[in-house]
Amino acid sequence: MSLQTTSSQTIGPYLHIGLTWLVTDNLAAPGVSGEKVAIEGRIVDGDGNAVNDAVVEIWQANAQGRYAHPEDTQDKPLESAFKGFGRVMTDNDGVFRITTIKPGRVPAPGSGLQAPHLNVTIFTRGLLKHLITRMYFSNEPANDEDPVLQRVPAERRQTLIATPSGGRPGAFKWNVILRGERETVFFDY
Amino acid sequence: MTSRPQNLQKNLRTEALAGYRKPDRDTQPDYYYPPYASTVKRSPSQPLVILPTTLSEVTGPLFGYDVIKANDSDLTKQGNGDPIGERIVVSGRVLDGNARPVANTLIEVWQANSAGRYPHRRDNHNAPVDPNFPGCGRTLTDTQGHYRFVTIRPGEYPWRNHYNAWRPAHIHFSLFGAAFATRLVTQMYFPGDPLLEYDPMYTSIPNERARQRLVSTFDWETTIPEQALGYKFDIVLRGRDETPFENDMKLPG
Repeated sequence: MSLQTTSSQTIGPYLHIGLTWLVTDNLAAPGVSGEKVAIEGRIVDGDGNAVNDAVVEIWQANAQGRYAHPEDTQDKPLESAFKGFGRVMTDNDGVFRITTIKPGRVPAPGSGLQAPHLNVTIFTRGLLKHLITRMYFSNEPANDEDPVLQRVPAERRQTLIATPSGGRPGAFKWNVILRGERETVFFDY
Repeated sequence: MTSRPQNLQKNLRTEALAGYRKPDRDTQPDYYYPPYASTVKRSPSQPLVILPTTLSEVTGPLFGYDVIKANDSDLTKQGNGDPIGERIVVSGRVLDGNARPVANTLIEVWQANSAGRYPHRRDNHNAPVDPNFPGCGRTLTDTQGHYRFVTIRPGEYPWRNHYNAWRPAHIHFSLFGAAFATRLVTQMYFPGDPLLEYDPMYTSIPNERARQRLVSTFDWETTIPEQALGYKFDIVLRGRDETPFENDMKLPG
């Protein structure tokens, strides 16, 4: 028996009421292994204006490249202090900040490994369905062989790659442009 | 089905991940829908890039009962007194596209109070805030996918999308399901609401039957005598293709 998926509707402007309780802006709890990274980004609309009412969620593997989920049966260690889920809201300037650890590489379809990445969803007023994207890390040789980045037109790949920020170790900048010139790549599947 | 060469079957068993099916296109809104004015500047203009199914999409965050507190699913019990308005029970099932229950999955809800006002600094509607109604709740589905909230019926409210625009009464729902690929945020509406046909969020869904599935139904069985009317709202998350392994198992002989 098959059922049709329920239709998506916008999260609206008052999302904070329902979603703030689960804000998780630091996944790098004490004792979690891996390279700590502090990501800051700004979400802007097609006019370059700040999107000040968005929620950004991330899902990622731990530093060893394993997801805390029963479907991931790799023989790699799980860490009880690392769940892999983050949720942050944009502020009045459209800025979000999240601290986590750089994920390890997870298997690619078929064979090989994907480059380290965060799986990202963006919800905001004006989006009737959420947006799905990924954040990769610059200066990461594995990016060249990542099967998802390979599917993205070369001239748009940079929109998915966070860059070192301000010379501080572990600080990355990753802006999201919802529409227009240098629009971020969004995915469907 | 024809049988596959033995070595190919083996490869599929070790390599293929069953993906989550795309919803029928007309059951979901497009990003760009000018009648809902905010989509014009916030929707992507470039075509989406189709992702392969990888471990990243078939896994996803899971939450347990440790995140749920007493009264999280009863929105009438979160203040110092009773909120103003008509008490209702909203319940239903969360299923996947293969009609299987989605067990132990987190549901988050939020809504306006009975006067159509949110307790939010950006809500300037000239209607009273109810100090006894924070307007949000959460619960986990049980092993059969059932969930239940007690709340008050939300009021309609004006918005500035177009002249004399009013949102139909609605409750926001946020669900995770079993994987990153099953995330869903939607809104539940009420039967017989005359505002639905004027609402560009509702009409953004091309398929009429899909729209109607967002409208809850009055439910006598979950109505509590002398207490609260019951409304039923079932939710379907994306269904998964069967794995090659499962197909192999079903081959006759």
